[in-house]
Amino acid sequence: MATLNSRIPEGPVAEKWTNYKAHQKLVNPKNKRKLDVIIVGTGLAGASAAASLGEMGFKVKNFCIQDSPRRAHSIAAQGGINAAKNYQNDGDSVYRLFYDTVKGGDYRAREANVYRLAEVSANIIDQCVAQGVPFAREYGGMLANRSFGGAQVSRTFYAKGQTGQQLLLGAYSSLMCQVNAGTVELYTRYEMLDVVIIDGRARGIIARNLVTGNIERFAAHAVVIGTGGYGNTYFLSTNAMGCNCSAAIACYRKGAFFANPSYVQIHPTCIPVHGDKQSKLTLMSESLRNDGRIWVPKKLEDAKRLQRGEIQGKDIPEADRDYYLERRYPAFGNLVPRDVASRAAKERCDKGFGVNNTGLAVFLDFGQAIEDFGKKEIEARYGNLFDMYEEITDESPYETPMQIFPAVHYTMGGIWVDYELMTTIRGLFAIGECNFSDHGANRLGASALMQGLADGYFVLPYTIQNYLADQITVPRFSTDLPEFDEAEKAVKARIERLFAIKGKRSVDSIHKELGHIMWEHVGMGRTKAGLEEGIKMIDALRKEFYTNLFVPGTTEGVNVELEKALRLEDFLLMGQLIANDALHREESCGGHFREEHQTEEGEAKRDDANFFYVGCWEYQGADDKKPVLHKEPLEYEIIKVQTRNYKS
Amino acid sequence: MAKNISFTVKYWKQNGPKDAGHFEEKQMSNIPDDTSFLEMLDILNEELINEGKEPFTFDHDCREGICGMCSLYINGTPHGKTERGATTCQLYMRRFNDGDVITVEPWRSAAFPVIKDCMVDRSAFDKIQAAGGYTTIRTGQAQDANAILIPKADADEAMDCATCIGCGACVAACKNGSAMLFVSSKVSQFALLPQGRVEAAKRAKAMVAKMDELGFGNCTNTRACEAVCPKNETIANIARLNREFISAKLAD
Repeated sequence: MATLNSRIPEGPVAEKWTNYKAHQKLVNPKNKRKLDVIIVGTGLAGASAAASLGEMGFKVKNFCIQDSPRRAHSIAAQGGINAAKNYQNDGDSVYRLFYDTVKGGDYRAREANVYRLAEVSANIIDQCVAQGVPFAREYGGMLANRSFGGAQVSRTFYAKGQTGQQLLLGAYSSLMCQVNAGTVELYTRYEMLDVVIIDGRARGIIARNLVTGNIERFAAHAVVIGTGGYGNTYFLSTNAMGCNCSAAIACYRKGAFFANPSYVQIHPTCIPVHGDKQSKLTLMSESLRNDGRIWVPKKLEDAKRLQRGEIQGKDIPEADRDYYLERRYPAFGNLVPRDVASRAAKERCDKGFGVNNTGLAVFLDFGQAIEDFGKKEIEARYGNLFDMYEEITDESPYETPMQIFPAVHYTMGGIWVDYELMTTIRGLFAIGECNFSDHGANRLGASALMQGLADGYFVLPYTIQNYLADQITVPRFSTDLPEFDEAEKAVKARIERLFAIKGKRSVDSIHKELGHIMWEHVGMGRTKAGLEEGIKMIDALRKEFYTNLFVPGTTEGVNVELEKALRLEDFLLMGQLIANDALHREESCGGHFREEHQTEEGEAKRDDANFFYVGCWEYQGADDKKPVLHKEPLEYEIIKVQTRNYKS
Repeated sequence: MAKNISFTVKYWKQNGPKDAGHFEEKQMSNIPDDTSFLEMLDILNEELINEGKEPFTFDHDCREGICGMCSLYINGTPHGKTERGATTCQLYMRRFNDGDVITVEPWRSAAFPVIKDCMVDRSAFDKIQAAGGYTTIRTGQAQDANAILIPKADADEAMDCATCIGCGACVAACKNGSAMLFVSSKVSQFALLPQGRVEAAKRAKAMVAKMDELGFGNCTNTRACEAVCPKNETIANIARLNREFISAKLAD
């Protein structure tokens, strides 16, 4: 039975990481070559960890499902990366970044982890610049910054609207440098389907070669997953089509606890849904809220006319516009955190003020910014985003306000990890979005890139040594061990089972149905009744999946439908987890909003007396059995827990 | 408002690199023109699956024009024709007309063997990158990020070069199957930055040598590559690579 020991080092928060590093165990260079590490995922966390561990001398095997490590979905992050550099001389500091992140997370993150994140944030920028990442600069040659939600300083570094791309290419280039040096072996178009446990420790994985269809075995002294979040449970999200939670779910089924699954981030500025054939939602970067103003009409009749297509946004005079974020949150205005902005948009649309034919959109207006700074300057700041918007919607944001609506974007919950990023399974680590640790119940903009690279470059390379130091006398594992036989057999049986259903429905049709259930019942506004209903519907859909799914083709060679079917099986379990966690958490915090728990003004109402803990779920041997809850109490040493205030 | 269009899709089927391959056709009816091209292919596949047939295989992922995974040759143009350069995933059906025949093929190049249908193997790009597309900075050893000031113009130009998404459209468009636009964009990014200058000569030589070894063709300045690049990389990068390469060779 796994236990929850967060292994937070002794001492004051600001000294914990320094103390940890000073006293942790190390592995000498000769022994490093005897130790194998499997890293699954090549996004910011996976690639940076693989590059760093390879460079240190460990033998690394790095896996990704795409054709190249550079395709990982980190590449799509647009706006930027936070770091406590105080280059703008605007009062930033490690403490302030730490404080903003804990507050932004609605006091549900672990203090010690967040402090460490803020501490190493500055190193990340140094590292990336040295790699040749072309961050935006000022005319004087210094690095430029902009503001993001939930902060009153400008600490976000960026590379146009393609910061994720540039940071990932930086990590990818370091990774390829290690591939060239022979320290990292790359396995592209491979998908991890199970983790192999020997004597209670993670010792390898079973993966499917997506080109040949072969099921293959890989052994190592430690396994790291950096496989991203579970946003695609909702079918429509800003995630890439291939993003999935299967590696995390494989770990969960083998006993790793899943923490805070109900903390799902709904991003306020995405292009609204346009039809039932839509495959994904496109994000419009949060950076747009630096200059764009969000509004709906003040008068309901104006909104109705917009919905009928009789007038356009520009026809509504200034006096009849309700800049509702500026109205409700004067101190932060359009730059309130994402959960707050999303809920405010939903509130207006629920009241009938939506501005498009579905009534599910609000305006993001650059009219005033263009007046203030000129079209050329706005083009320099957001040109590529405006072009993307126009390509999709056929409307120019220079001429008419953008239409936006919230969409599933990021998942704060994830595999539970201790301070060392180790899961409840010894020797199994989780990094980046797929762990739960740093963002509490809501992630601030530009903090995902920070956390992914912090974990990969600066945290895991230290903490994994503390584990591996005890493994130096353990010889390399053979993949002929019975544990590998058993895991491979189970994976093959699972695949055969899906082929054998021979039903009538495509994977996508069932996945879309799951998405609808999730959005309607486990979305932005959750209720007890709705969640209970949702859980029943997911149960019924699982039965439909096992009786009516059709997977064409065979196990041999490329079979995209099989890949999707396996992932959907895991999304069904994930949906169940999210809903159960949301049902149990009788409070509202961050991305988790229970309509029963709100203030008179409609703000989230936390219940610190009863829910000041990390909710960790343990698998009970079968997908249709209700998981068991364990609690990791949160202990704050220096931050005073209070109601979040972005008004004054 | 969206209108619906009907058209025929001729799509490439090929079972592995050794199969000769062939076209198959499917009539698509009443597709809303605000559907993206890849969503249209999703509909096509959904119909094929419902008919009990094997779906059409193609690479795609982020569907917002940045991952570089999509790689379709549409009506004779890599990624299909758009006004300002875009990947297939950013192509919308409003660019097509009722009654069109839309031909969909894979990247065709000796260096990109077909895996299945329109899914090709572009691992050659990874190999070129591994040959020298990096600075050999050790993790955690960097000095303060503002210690070296970089003129804004240089940083902006490096960013433009770094925007390459590694999709391979340049190779697919080139009659010689040259990867010069891809390689030169990476070499240029580093050459323009002080952090990359230290290893500039070594990098140019190593990446060009690897490119030649992997069977990519030579550049004969037809400029087909820059015409189809979804990220508007230009052959000015190729000129810079040539300068870097020649000065590196002269120094030997």
